[in-house]
Parts: sequence; structure tokens; C-alpha cells
Amino acid sequence: MLDIRDLSVGFSRDGRFARVIDGLSYAVAKGETLGIVGESGSGKSVHALALLGLLPQPPGKVLGGRAVFDGEDLLALPESRLRDLRGARIGVVFQDPMTALNPVLTIGRQIAEPLIRHKGMSMRQALDRAADLLALVGIRDGGRRLSQFPHEFSGGMRQRVMIAIAISCEPALLIADEPTTALDVTVQGQILDLMAGLRERLGMTMIWITHDMGVVAGIADTIQVMYAGRIMERGPVGAVFASPRSAYTWGLLQSLPHGARPPGGRLHQIPGQPPDMFALPPGDPFAPRNPFATDRCRVEAPPLRAVTDSAPGHSVAAWYDLPALLGRAA
Amino acid sequence: MTPPLLQVRDLRRTYRARGGLFGGGLVTRAVDGVSFDVMPGETLGLVGESGSGKSTTGRLVMGLEQPDAGQVVFDGTELTSLSATAKRPFRRRMQIVFQDPYAALNPRMRVGDFVEEPLVVHGLGGDAAARHDAVAALFRTVGLDPAFMRRYPHEFSGGQRQRIGIARAIALRPDFLVADEPITALDVSIQAQIVNLFQDLQESMGLALLFIAHDLSMVRYLCTRVAVMLKGRIVEAGPVGAVFEDARHPYTQALLSAVPIPDPARERGRRRLPFDAGAFEFQPDDALRDIGGGHLVLQGDPR
Repeated sequence: MLDIRDLSVGFSRDGRFARVIDGLSYAVAKGETLGIVGESGSGKSVHALALLGLLPQPPGKVLGGRAVFDGEDLLALPESRLRDLRGARIGVVFQDPMTALNPVLTIGRQIAEPLIRHKGMSMRQALDRAADLLALVGIRDGGRRLSQFPHEFSGGMRQRVMIAIAISCEPALLIADEPTTALDVTVQGQILDLMAGLRERLGMTMIWITHDMGVVAGIADTIQVMYAGRIMERGPVGAVFASPRSAYTWGLLQSLPHGARPPGGRLHQIPGQPPDMFALPPGDPFAPRNPFATDRCRVEAPPLRAVTDSAPGHSVAAWYDLPALLGRAA
Repeated sequence: MTPPLLQVRDLRRTYRARGGLFGGGLVTRAVDGVSFDVMPGETLGLVGESGSGKSTTGRLVMGLEQPDAGQVVFDGTELTSLSATAKRPFRRRMQIVFQDPYAALNPRMRVGDFVEEPLVVHGLGGDAAARHDAVAALFRTVGLDPAFMRRYPHEFSGGQRQRIGIARAIALRPDFLVADEPITALDVSIQAQIVNLFQDLQESMGLALLFIAHDLSMVRYLCTRVAVMLKGRIVEAGPVGAVFEDARHPYTQALLSAVPIPDPARERGRRRLPFDAGAFEFQPDDALRDIGGGHLVLQGDPR
């Protein structure tokens, strides 16, 4: 469905340069849900913007690579063709629905617009379809709400509207960047259930970008952990959560609270700060924060390699063998 | 028995939307009769979703906003009726840490001066040299190199800025700290660092903490007791074990069922309980009733 090869993105600021995505390669199969996890500086959002042709250039710049979607290289397409794809074949949902919605247009107009443009519907047909879509994303009384404006919707309802717009043309691929981060946990739960249902019904392929391991555990088939613009680990969610092979993935999972605190207990903590992309260390970018780092980690960046004693598709970028090190430390 | 350090009684705060289309003005009951105690050295978690009134409660307790009614009793003294001058010695003992450490910092002030400021304002910490040493010690306490004192806020990451905010909050050696969503804006790998720091400070300073958060897993881990807020009221409160393992109020149950679990085997096939906060209405005879062991549930009169 989507095949990304050697994508590199640079960023300039105050005369300084950072390689924020460094030779990123991955593929998403039809019908698969890929969960991409990362923190500040991981490149998880920047790479999505680059794919969609939405990266502000400058200060950003695609330095190279391909991203083949349905036989077309997204990175080589003219803006007019990308615009056709976005909203039609590729749906997009961002974190903040308020900035993505036009405050002076009714919700109905905003859902109808892509249907008119991409599906050749009349305004009347499109508004009928828009009411159906609102019902599909769990907004009751859709017919009446079509004539309302974004400010008349709550945050959760606006995000549902964004999802309705994103799926209006039944896209083959949906890219969602932190779509539930700004929402309350009960609303997030409703959106996650909604998306799981829509994926089943529409057979959508999804890329779900988040920082929340719990969300990925629930929705993704494959997890991809990113750090400093690179993939640290990826594989089937079950295998990666059960036996992480990157010290970063392991540290993230360990740092989460489980149940009540034992007396005097402390959370496992990853030392140090998120990477400064303008001053990355040589070698493995996580090495300075990794208590298991070897001398080789500090000088040479590890390539992504298959993990032989785990599920197929599990791969890690590490010189060390984490289970062996953890066994020795225990 | 030790008396509570903080007693909050029937706190109320409404906001009136002025003007509007019909000039009438809608009344929002942001905080609608909230009561709770915080014991010395204890951590009370205050949870709830946006609009629940949890942050407003924190601001009312700190005197950053005036309540319409209710009392805030700190170490035996009622504060809401005191003049600003009379409040001052108590203000020193109560401090707050905010969600967005960058917004709280003054971008043009060296971070060392920012941490020192409360010492200067309250005329504490001795002369300039002694205060400088005190600030250096505070930096070490929160895990920052004292060499950073001369730098400006933009030179720090989010987690470091939150450490700076905490250093300032503890500069006057308070007994009580309100932490309003202090880890929400931080990267996952930094959240555990800050939570651990709070625990270190509690143990070394005997600090009591009102931890306002929406991350229920973290509240369960960090807090001894928890109060769950909905639409300005506490609907359930008690020891974390009781509330998390035996939630009684439908809202608490829905909230807990929606927390994502970082375990694919458990997270899949999980059923989230529905709860329509918009349609939910309190009943006239609803009151927080103790169902045993200090586990309070908002419910009608059982008789």
C-alpha cells in the first residue's frame, strides 16, 4: 500500500542544520494498522507531513527518498496531484481539530466539500452523505448539526467531524497524527472504538501516530518505535510488547506505572533529555541515555536488523542483545 | 490523631458568561460544593476530565481565585476571609507547580533569578551570597547542574523547565504543594523522572501534595487517596486501592474502563463502559456517603 525508502528530511534554524529524518524505510500492507510511537524529535510527525506534501519548506526540506503509494511516488508528485490524493485516497486527521476546521464555514459545507470535489457530487447529494457520515462517527441529529459552525461543537465532537471528513471519500489510507491526544480519556475511548469499527467496515489501512503505548497496544497490528528520526524497533505489537529488543522501547515500557506503588518504590526512569536534533551524538542516537550502550553504540549507528528469535517482522536497530543483557543484570 | 493540614469545605465558584446573544448570561458552576482534606505529607490525587473543575479547585485552594462560598482551612486557619497581608505567612507554606513550565517562566529572566525571587520577596535566605548558595542547593535538589543558573528558559528542555518550576516552588520550604497537571506536557520518558522527583521531595521535606491529573495510571501509582470530579463535584473519593479496584460511581467506572493499558493482550477485547456526561444530572438527595473505610461515593439517600 505504502512503501517508503530512504526518506531523509532536513531542517534549518538560525543557520544551523539538522537531519530530522535519517534514511527512513518502512512499508505498510493493505489493511494493516501501523502504530508509530515517539517523543519530541523522533520525526514521527515530520515524516507524515513530508509524505503528505505538507512540510513547510523552508525551514524543512526533503533531502531524498521515495514514498510509493499505489504506484505513485508521493515525494515526486506535483502539488495539484497531491491535493487530489489528500482527502480522496489518503485521509488525514491531526491532533487539533480547531485549527484544521474553517471557523466561518458550516460543518456541513466542510464535510461536503471533498465529496463535491473528488466524487463529483452535487451540493444536495454531498449534504445528504455528510449527514450519514456524522451518524457513522457517532454524532446524533446529524441533519441539524450540518448547519452549525465548529465553535458549536465540543473538542471530541470536532475530532469526530475531522474523522468524518477524512473518511468521507473512503480513503485507502488514513494517516492520524495524535488524533486523541487533546481529548479526554472517555472521549478517546469512543474515538478508538469508532476507528476500529470503521477500519473493519471500510477495510482501511491506517498509520496511527502517538506517544501513548496503551493506545498502540489497543489499535495497532504493527508498532514502530522512532527516536531521533530513525526506527529503533518495529514488529508485531504482541512480540514487541512481550519482548522488546531496543533499550529505548524497553525503557519506555518500564517507565509506565503499573498498579499501586510499592512502599519506597520509584518508577524506572530513562535518564537524560530528548535528543537535540541540532547536536546529535555520533553512533546510536539513544546511546547517551542507554545504560546498556556498548563502545560500538557510541561510534557507529546500528542498522535495522531482523530479530531471529522472535515473531517474523520483528526488527531492531541495536548492536547489543537486550535479553542477554537483562538476564545478566537480573 | 493528626489534624489535616488542609481542609476544604463546600467550595463554590461560578462563572457568568457575560453579554451573549440574549444578554442573560449563562451560569457555569465550575466548582459546586467541593470538600476534602489533605493530611500532612500525604498525596491526594484530583482527577477528572476537562470542565470537571479540578484545576479551578486547585486555584481556589491556592487563593489565585476567590471562591463564591466555602472555606479553605490551612493548618487550622481559615484563609478565604483573610486580608492579603494576613494570608502572607500561609502563602509561603503553600506553593503551586503548573502544567506548562514554559508559560510559568519569565523568558527574560535568568532561571537562577527566577528560583531566587520568592526568597527575595519574602526577605528570606540571608544576603545575596547566601541566597546564591541556597539557589545552587535547590538546583541540585531538583537534579539540575547549578552551572545552569545563569541561563535563560529557552535553553532548556520541557523536563528541565519543569524542574526549574519545582525548584522555585520548594524554595520557601512549603508544607503543601499543588501540582496542576505537572507531567501532562512532558515526553513519556521524562514523566517518570518528574514523578520520582516529587516522591524524593515528599520523603525529604515531608511535603503534602495535591496532584491534579487526568492520567489515572499515574495517580494510582503516586497517590494515597484520590477524588474524582465531574461537573464541579466530587463523585467518588477514597484510598486509591478502594476507588480503583472497587469503583462504584458510574462515571468512575467509565473513566477507569477507558484508560488504555500498555499490554496488547489485555487492551484488545476490552470493553469500555459508556457514560454520557452531557446527559448526566445530579439528584437533589445526592451526597458523598461513606461505604466503608473512607471510600466515599456520591449517591442518593439509601433509606
